[in-house]
Amino acid sequence: MEALPNTADAGMTRPRLIDDPRDLLRHFLGQGYRILAPQERDGVIDPAPLTEPEALPRGRVDDQGPGHYRLRDGDPDRWFDYVVGPSGWKAWLYPARRKLWSAERTDDRLTFRDATTAWPKTVLFGVRPCELAAIARQRRIFAEGPYVDTAFAERLERSIIVVVQCARSAPTCFCASMDTGPRAVAGYDLALTELPADHGAAFLVESASQAGDDVLHTLGGATARPRDHAAALDLSRAAAARQTRTMPDDIAGGLKLRLESPVWADIASRCLTCGNCTLACPTCFCSDVEEVSDLSGDHAERWQLWDSCFNSDFSFIHGGPVRSSPAARYRQWMTHKLSYWHDQFGSSGCVGCGRCITWCPVGIDLVAEADRLMAEGTD
Amino acid sequence: MAHQTIRDILADHPAFLGFDGAALDLIAGCGRNMRYRAGELLFREGDAAETVVILRHGDAAIELAAPGRGPLRVESLHPGDIVDWSWLLPPCRAMSDARAVTDVAAIALDARCVLDKCDEHTELGYRLFRLWLPHLARRVRMQRLQLLDLYGAHAR
Amino acid sequence: MPAEAAISGSMRPQPYRVTEVLRELDDVVTLRLAAEDRAPLPFRPGQFNMLYAFATGEIPVSISGDPSRPDELLHTVRRVGAVSSALAQLERGAVLGLRGPFGSHWPVETERGRHLLFVAGGLGLAPLRPAICRALARRADYAGITLVLGARSPREILYAWQLAGWAAAGAMKIHVCVDHAGPEWGGPVGVVTSQFPRALDGIAPDRVSAFLCGPEIMMRHGCGDLEHLGIHPERMWISMERNMKCATGLCGHCQFGADFVCRDGPVFRYRRVRRPLGIREV
Repeated sequence: MEALPNTADAGMTRPRLIDDPRDLLRHFLGQGYRILAPQERDGVIDPAPLTEPEALPRGRVDDQGPGHYRLRDGDPDRWFDYVVGPSGWKAWLYPARRKLWSAERTDDRLTFRDATTAWPKTVLFGVRPCELAAIARQRRIFAEGPYVDTAFAERLERSIIVVVQCARSAPTCFCASMDTGPRAVAGYDLALTELPADHGAAFLVESASQAGDDVLHTLGGATARPRDHAAALDLSRAAAARQTRTMPDDIAGGLKLRLESPVWADIASRCLTCGNCTLACPTCFCSDVEEVSDLSGDHAERWQLWDSCFNSDFSFIHGGPVRSSPAARYRQWMTHKLSYWHDQFGSSGCVGCGRCITWCPVGIDLVAEADRLMAEGTD
Repeated sequence: MAHQTIRDILADHPAFLGFDGAALDLIAGCGRNMRYRAGELLFREGDAAETVVILRHGDAAIELAAPGRGPLRVESLHPGDIVDWSWLLPPCRAMSDARAVTDVAAIALDARCVLDKCDEHTELGYRLFRLWLPHLARRVRMQRLQLLDLYGAHAR
Repeated sequence: MPAEAAISGSMRPQPYRVTEVLRELDDVVTLRLAAEDRAPLPFRPGQFNMLYAFATGEIPVSISGDPSRPDELLHTVRRVGAVSSALAQLERGAVLGLRGPFGSHWPVETERGRHLLFVAGGLGLAPLRPAICRALARRADYAGITLVLGARSPREILYAWQLAGWAAAGAMKIHVCVDHAGPEWGGPVGVVTSQFPRALDGIAPDRVSAFLCGPEIMMRHGCGDLEHLGIHPERMWISMERNMKCATGLCGHCQFGADFVCRDGPVFRYRRVRRPLGIREV
């Protein structure tokens, strides 16, 4: 699992036990932070600004399957038994639409101005381990390459990340096979583990950064004991063991040998090329740029918006799109995600969150298709 | 050059690499030397195609006449090239013009003579078509690429 | 509330002024550009800039001038879409936006001692011209320089005035072939690949380094034929074209297998892209 950078001596503070996650929220609200935390809205649980700690979706659980997502009541005393919603944190750190710059024409000159947006000190509360990995992978692209998207880098720089470790896996989860969860071990500021009801204390709080240490110091609460750690680890192991999907180990190399497999056409016969998978995917990063000009003709703006490799215009060059068939577009998405990403960025582009499976309107199952492709012979 | 026999010329010519002495003896009997000045037609569309013209020196071009556009050059030919194949293709009429672009020296083989010898000596026939067909196929392949209008504004 | 960070966007261009418009062909112009308020832009042969036409959009355009004269920043543009048409209609004195330079370059400098073969189709000569200029400036470094150029017709030969100069100087051999011509055309008619045997006559193929730029089909067949003639795939380079929005490897559009054409290309060693070139719709 890759880590977001921490200062060398951070994360040395002993983990604490707290009874109520709202104490943490009240702490951050008191410090003037904006909090983004999962909340129930429009039938899904997704991050949104939280001003009232009571807004946490306590006792709610998501049922997920291929092309299926429903919320229902679970154990009313459990806070975090749901897993991930459709939008996640990507929409905050990398907005679906943003102004890049504007141009003014005056007399015979053009003046270009960077657009700016505000980003207050923010707490990303309730980030799941797979989502933490996804943030790290987008950070690798946007902030650690030869060219930097300063907007993404600064949003992340000015955010405190509070992870919630997963005690439950949805049927669509396969983070264990992608080595991204269900337990995050680094790269966060604070991590909460909701311990079982019979354990006594409710939450183990661990720090992995200076900012996390500072919070732990002011939070109070008992110092965690070895048995608390053991309970947290047992919980994660059990969540991993309940996962039913496993990505084939050799998928990165294997796909490269199957670029002309008949399976692509078979997937394409079901795929609607709607692009839901790319929108829901927490690592998908492709964007388009759009020109917006006003009637005066002297002011123009450039807007960046999410794009999808499933759009036919995505690969357009004069004459037509390079990838005109749905089979080629699905192949582009899957080979990029599971194979070429390794060559480009040193890891898989998939974190095993299962969103592409849940939010595919026809229930195409990435892991099942990966299995089918690998079962076929090579080109 | 002037003292070379047809057989000597064939023996030196790339279109006949791979022909043994016996084969050259047979083919040489069908051949004669031809010279064309720059601009002169080697043959014209519709002419009876009775000779196999093989370039020795100079360049030629295949042209097609189009109303209002004058002759269009669609392929140029260089030493070693077999100019046209209409002699093999009933009704054995030239399907295009062929023009000397520079002064041209060529071998003209009587097509009937060549085909008769091939029929009579099937080993010669096999060798001739085995060695000449790749030449034809290569040109077909180039012309397919040319068909694409690759450098037009909407090609890529 | 704590102070809010003002987060800036990126990909902002700089204003450049059109100092001259050269009409090359019916639908092709070369724009000579000068920075409004900054030093000339150094670039390497084969690199490109993103050119922005006000209120229309932005496209990648190869730099087509002499790299030893960055003050003469040239871009050759053909009218094919909305942005290229807007750029091609700019007049002297107009201002556009420019970001760059981006991408990989033709490695002519590392091919010293070898025979350089440039193969260009149509507008493919524009991205190659800086490399040819660079090679001619250091002619003694190379065993020879040959250009094979394919054009649609004799009227559509890019930089014809310069070809005449290059040929007259005797420093390089030039083979121009066209798809079709009238009888006034004394040169070859056919695709560039048809000229390879003559262009390479008397040159040991293991001493040749080839640089191809043109339509993808031309480069695919051209590299295949050159390989058949004995030129090593390690010693051939091509310049790829794909949809580009950012030019910085961040927007994802130009992916070609594992490569971003904007960042890892546009100039690729043929050996590296041979496999994806042979697969449809990559």
